[in-house]
Amino acid sequence: MNTESLYEFIEALKSENSNWVSDVKDALGEVTVIVPREFIEESCAFLKDNHGFDMLADLCGADRGPEEDPRFEVNYHLFSTTHYKRLRLKVLLTEDEPNVESVTPLWKTANWHERETYDLFGIIFENHPDLRRILLPSDFDGHALRKDYPLRGYEPYSLT
Amino acid sequence: MGLENNIFESLPDVITVKLDAIVNWARKSSLWPATFGLACCAIEMMNTVSARNDLSRFGAETFRASPRQADVMIVSGRVSRKMAPVVRRIYDQMPEPKWVISMGACATSGGVFDNYAIVQGVDKVVPVDIYVPGCPPRPEMLVHAIMMLQEKIMNESVKDRRDTFEEESRKSIVPGTMPVTEGTALEAKMQNADAKPYSVPSKHEKRRSS
Repeated sequence: MNTESLYEFIEALKSENSNWVSDVKDALGEVTVIVPREFIEESCAFLKDNHGFDMLADLCGADRGPEEDPRFEVNYHLFSTTHYKRLRLKVLLTEDEPNVESVTPLWKTANWHERETYDLFGIIFENHPDLRRILLPSDFDGHALRKDYPLRGYEPYSLT
Repeated sequence: MGLENNIFESLPDVITVKLDAIVNWARKSSLWPATFGLACCAIEMMNTVSARNDLSRFGAETFRASPRQADVMIVSGRVSRKMAPVVRRIYDQMPEPKWVISMGACATSGGVFDNYAIVQGVDKVVPVDIYVPGCPPRPEMLVHAIMMLQEKIMNESVKDRRDTFEEESRKSIVPGTMPVTEGTALEAKMQNADAKPYSVPSKHEKRRSS
């Protein structure tokens, strides 16, 4: 698929603030923009307000493994219902400081997506209106989709 | 002019019988399961009461939407950690006498789901009377389980049926039953740190340890 039309948005991001784009990856007909952690909310707001990316199709976390640094990533899959283009933003987070600004003020759907990402990966979304577990029980210990989480969980659950 | 006329003519007016026998006969002939499905086994359970297999032949056709009107809980499917307190709560709401059928491999032992999310056997949460193997069991197997349960009921005594676990179950703290609307995870991370796993011993565990 042709990805050339997407570079228009990347250039716009760069010209707005050159710190917003730290890397661009173009593979398999999809473009991923890696954004530094502190700028994700601003760049999302910029794309939403000025370039028609009015829908957050998905927000998900990923764990690259405990030996990797940065270990975690958060992916923002943006979609425009006006010009039908898709763009992925990615934030890389270290294990010691898995904090990132919430995008719930921009897209209401991010609320539950961020809760899920917090629940399963332990990524903390700052200024989220209600950051608590959504899938696992509220007294659950640990974050189940981390690579170093044991399959049977921690004691005392793992004993039964 | 039916069969019952002949029976009444050939029988005396008064019959003497053991109380257990007559009460158990009444209980086993009208087993009402709670409407309660957890996974794919529930599809087989629905099939069991439908026309082809027709569980009503054995008096167990009336699935009650309220646990307060039910006698049997058929745990049909895998019980997740989050569902376990709900299962227990439904069980607690059922009046005595009550029985539990653990239907399928997952409800019985966790089945293929040997992981953090699934309770490894529903007998960790509620006492089970009949285990049905299979993945999922065929409707015939569930009918057989009901018939085995009826046999078991006939061997019970009225004196045995008491609300044994009620007090105990009220005291224990169940994970996941804490009010989830209270506080965010950020401000009270370890609020439930001393919550214990659900541990009401099942009848089978008691038997094992004694």
